[in-house]
Amino acid sequence: MYTAEFTYHKASSVAEAIQMLQQNPEAKLLAGGHSLIPAMKLRLAQPPAIIDISKVAELKSIRLEGNTLVIGAAATYAEIAGHEQVKGAAPILAEAIQHIGDPMVRHKGTLGGSLAHADPAADLPAVVLALGAQMKIQGPSGERVVEAGDFFQGMFTTAVGPGEILTEIHIPAHAGKQAYEKFPHPASRYPVVGVAVVVGANGVRAALTGAGEHAMRLSRLEQALSGKPLTAEAIEAACQGIVSPEDLMGDHLHSAEYRAHLVDVLAKRALLRLI
Amino acid sequence: MADKMMGKAMKRVEDPRFITGSGNYTDDMQMAGMVHAAMVRSPYAHAKIRGIRAEAALAVPGVLAVITGQEMKDAGVNGIPTGWLHPGIKLPPHYAITFDKVRHMGEIVAAVVAETRQIAEDAAALVEVDYEPLEAVTIGSKALEAGAPQLHAEAPGNLCFTWSIGNKDEVDALFAQAHKTVRLQIRNNRLVPSAMEPRASLAQYAKATGEFTLWTTSQNPHIHRLLIAAFILGIPEHKLRVIAPDVGGGFGSKIYQYPEEIIVLYAAKKLGRPVKWTARRSESFVTDSHGRDHETVAEMAVDEGGKITALRVDTVANMGAYLTTFAPAVPTYLYGTLLAGCYKTQKIYCHVTAPFTNTVPVDAYRGAGRPEATYLLERLADTMAHELGMDPAEFRRRNFIQPDEFPYQTPVALVYDSGNYEAALDKALEMAGYKALRQKQEELRKQGRYIGIGLASYLEACGLAPSALVGSLGAQAGQWESALVRVMPTGKVEVFTGTHSHGQGHETAFAQVVADELQVPVEDVVLIHGDTGRMPYGWGSYGSRSAPTGLSAIVMASRKIVDKAKRIAAHLLEAAPEDIEHADGQFRVKGVPDRSKSFFDIALMAHLAHNYPADLEPGLEATHFYDPKNFVFPFGTHIAVVEVDPQTGKVKLQSYTCVDDCGPLINPMIAEGQVHGGIAQGLGQALLEEAVYDESGSLVTANFLEYTLPRADDLVQINVGHTVTPCPHNPLGIKGIGEAGTIASTAAVANAVIDALRPFGVVHLDMPYTPEKVWRAIQAARRMPQAAD
Amino acid sequence: MAEKVKVRITVNGVEHTDEVEPRQLLVHYLRETLGLTGTHVGCDTSQCGACVVHVDGQAVKSCTMFTVQAEGSEVTTIEGLGEVGRLHPVQEGFWEMHGLQCGFCTPGMIMAAADLLNKNPHPTEAEIRHALEGNLCRCTGYHNIVRAVQYAAEKMAGRSPVGAAAQD
Repeated sequence: MYTAEFTYHKASSVAEAIQMLQQNPEAKLLAGGHSLIPAMKLRLAQPPAIIDISKVAELKSIRLEGNTLVIGAAATYAEIAGHEQVKGAAPILAEAIQHIGDPMVRHKGTLGGSLAHADPAADLPAVVLALGAQMKIQGPSGERVVEAGDFFQGMFTTAVGPGEILTEIHIPAHAGKQAYEKFPHPASRYPVVGVAVVVGANGVRAALTGAGEHAMRLSRLEQALSGKPLTAEAIEAACQGIVSPEDLMGDHLHSAEYRAHLVDVLAKRALLRLI
Repeated sequence: MADKMMGKAMKRVEDPRFITGSGNYTDDMQMAGMVHAAMVRSPYAHAKIRGIRAEAALAVPGVLAVITGQEMKDAGVNGIPTGWLHPGIKLPPHYAITFDKVRHMGEIVAAVVAETRQIAEDAAALVEVDYEPLEAVTIGSKALEAGAPQLHAEAPGNLCFTWSIGNKDEVDALFAQAHKTVRLQIRNNRLVPSAMEPRASLAQYAKATGEFTLWTTSQNPHIHRLLIAAFILGIPEHKLRVIAPDVGGGFGSKIYQYPEEIIVLYAAKKLGRPVKWTARRSESFVTDSHGRDHETVAEMAVDEGGKITALRVDTVANMGAYLTTFAPAVPTYLYGTLLAGCYKTQKIYCHVTAPFTNTVPVDAYRGAGRPEATYLLERLADTMAHELGMDPAEFRRRNFIQPDEFPYQTPVALVYDSGNYEAALDKALEMAGYKALRQKQEELRKQGRYIGIGLASYLEACGLAPSALVGSLGAQAGQWESALVRVMPTGKVEVFTGTHSHGQGHETAFAQVVADELQVPVEDVVLIHGDTGRMPYGWGSYGSRSAPTGLSAIVMASRKIVDKAKRIAAHLLEAAPEDIEHADGQFRVKGVPDRSKSFFDIALMAHLAHNYPADLEPGLEATHFYDPKNFVFPFGTHIAVVEVDPQTGKVKLQSYTCVDDCGPLINPMIAEGQVHGGIAQGLGQALLEEAVYDESGSLVTANFLEYTLPRADDLVQINVGHTVTPCPHNPLGIKGIGEAGTIASTAAVANAVIDALRPFGVVHLDMPYTPEKVWRAIQAARRMPQAAD
Repeated sequence: MAEKVKVRITVNGVEHTDEVEPRQLLVHYLRETLGLTGTHVGCDTSQCGACVVHVDGQAVKSCTMFTVQAEGSEVTTIEGLGEVGRLHPVQEGFWEMHGLQCGFCTPGMIMAAADLLNKNPHPTEAEIRHALEGNLCRCTGYHNIVRAVQYAAEKMAGRSPVGAAAQD
């Protein structure tokens, strides 16, 4: 139960957190801690220093700026899912959050933490991909914005560089009709397959999580539905072999082939909810 | 006098401490000078130990000792014995800390003791063990193959023992002339019991007196004391006190006398300080005894009338790497003898082969042998009914032993005392709305929805156990139970039992019965358990023995109290003892109700002994050792309804109905709670749970992220009913109820899933029915032209 | 040893000031430093919920939070929720409806259920089961836990629910 030793640094601003990161380049950022602390308890992670950003006010903000929903990286799942502007502007986010972990996890876990950790079995990476969100990253040399599609680079690997912090997630508000379908692992309740779809004016955006090394857009599905009216027949036809098992991971309980089949099933269920 | 307490759903007296966070579990205890142990465990399933280097660990400030197996062996600490022997059984040594070889992942290779748990865990990671990895074998049948990796020099071919019951030739002959036979190849999945409280042990040694005290998470502290004192440490039993305080669930996994208990005792003496160890859950998965793990070929034969004539069963029962306390009994006397179930099967033959493998040792897990027997029997019954084109309820009905046929001698040793199996079946069918369910099933199938209805009619033998009988079968212990009932001068009553309550509510239920026997307010009775220093003796709680055996001892001791009280009352009332009646809480002269003495009057005079019969000892306490005449035989029928999503293969429980007969209920609320929990565990085995090893012998499902314990949303509200057929041979007519739910529900849920999959032509699948497995079965069936869909 | 950090935490209404190791988990602070052993540890992967307490009014897993993160916070444990004679309705519900057997998961289960009813005073059975997804119980099959939460909801709504014992 005990983690390895570390030094603890509590940041009160993003600038201070960046400074602390420069002083402790091997440090890990702690927001909700619900990925980091379990890994530390099993000593899979043994950072020498922890920088606590969970109380940084500027990272907690949730607000609508014009047509963009801005969510601070350290806003918790519960704060996001309970926020009226989120429910109105990006309901898929609130929906997906209800399927993450349990109430205790949702009270502590954060959107930014989940995205920056890039666990292949996290729910929200698929949601931000389907929404076409942008990630604001701050570092010693200033800030930059990365498209969600460029953010997830591999298993536990993102575009956030050394010394940088993911600070805000910018989500297009009212992007269209949206739905999230999840097939949870029976024990961990992480998605074995999670499919997010957003049907907007410019067509369908769909993304997958849980089954691959990182969350990914379902481009074959998007193309199959491109320019067509969204009918049950069109959905049925499009949801056949959306992904190849070779592109997915498998384990003793859920093979890649089975996961590929689930992608078809869940994508269809999500899309059928939107017509 | 209050109403009769037996049969009342009285709120539990245990609960105020648990709902306010005031329980006293082993890990809650802190003692002055207490230090902490952490175990160095093997990451390999099978490896030679070339050497152990402890220098780096010992250099950590706060580390007090690094203990190895060689050190303990040199100090004269013996290996851990098993509690049940078969002729020819191989008993390889089993030391608390191994020193030559590791034989399962998680086996202890060294122990670190330090001032704090943090330091102990830090230092344990620094102990360097030089392993030479060996090939591992985790599957029982594979371990028996020629050329398999060998675990123990003492057990050639990895064979621990073989066992059989019944006459094979007679059974073969019945199969040869059968009207119809069915055959199933069945794997009974290995399970991790997962009591919510991780195991913990705290040892203290008093140098001046040479006395050890061990607080530990045990279901049977006296067995622990006996094994540790007499066999392992070689000390007098009175130099070891074992206390099992509040224990957070056991389910069989806290029977076994574990290595860590020996280590903390040894360390406490070595260091002269109290030593505590508490398992992390990750340790629990690779050290707590596992359950089940059978590979079986089971066959059933019937005659033209659909009557079962014979059963033939061949089982490989994986023992794991070593023998635990009860492991050899589980797949034999708690399994083979149960294969008649509720049915009038003419002949049964069962052969069991028990190998060692590179897995965590198995022991009893809720039901212990009986769920395995019931599962294969009820799967065979459903399969046969389907083959015969008969409704599964009708097939069972046709084969039931009838109420007027008791006592009933089965072909596999047991003599059933009483039962009415058809009544329980009928009640369950009615409660579940069975006919309507079958109609609904038909209608839904037309819509492409697949529900399944699964029955299991079970019988179990519990209330362990008649001592002479189990002794003749290999038990190395008695199985009677003791009770001490002590009335204090104020009339308050202490009841000591050798059974142990770790969730079953004995403190409430047993007090209710004593209140009735002594005719005192229930709040005047306190039950004390779990401490070898306080109760006469006892064999603990498992095998649904606490009420039928332990409580029977308490009843008999209480009746001795009443007899003595009558003699005291007779003296005080100047009447003959036979003229004293005990009624309305008073001891009074028959026919002269105003000449009476209260329980308090009697208790006080027993202690004052001022005005007292000359030939009677003062005091008012009684001890009774109760050895049951037979097992008790609870039975019932459970009906599960599931729906299978054919697109994903996911199985969802829709409803669950059970009718159990455990004789008269002591506390219906508690009895039903036992059934609810048992059903959840059985459902877990059928749908969710499996300990999976990979090729290297690594446990893949080694935590709650991978091993699926049922959660609240996996279950539904359970529809519970009872019939009451008393046991004829114990004072209250009671039977056990702790394991019934698990014994029946695995089979009921399994039958429901296969029933749902019938339209796809699925005949059998092995548990657990995980989504991909079910989906693949449907896919395979769909590829076959004859499939209905 | 890493430098200790000073924390000020109010637990069950009492303010405590202590020097703690940064790596100390809140559950160990509660159990070992404060002796509040009602909060339990049932796993090491943040799955079982035996350690649930309320921090600033929210249910959290105290095994997945460092003590230092609770600096300045108000913590409520099972010991602070209610006591015999002044039980919280959820505690009462668990007692009345036989919502516990071995008692080990019970404190966490009660704290999670109390949090649910704070947010959703009238949950459906499905909502109760969903809200208790993070709390494992091996004894009860959850049947009576659900009924205990329903009892508490009734009680908190000012009605007079009937316990299992009284239904007999």
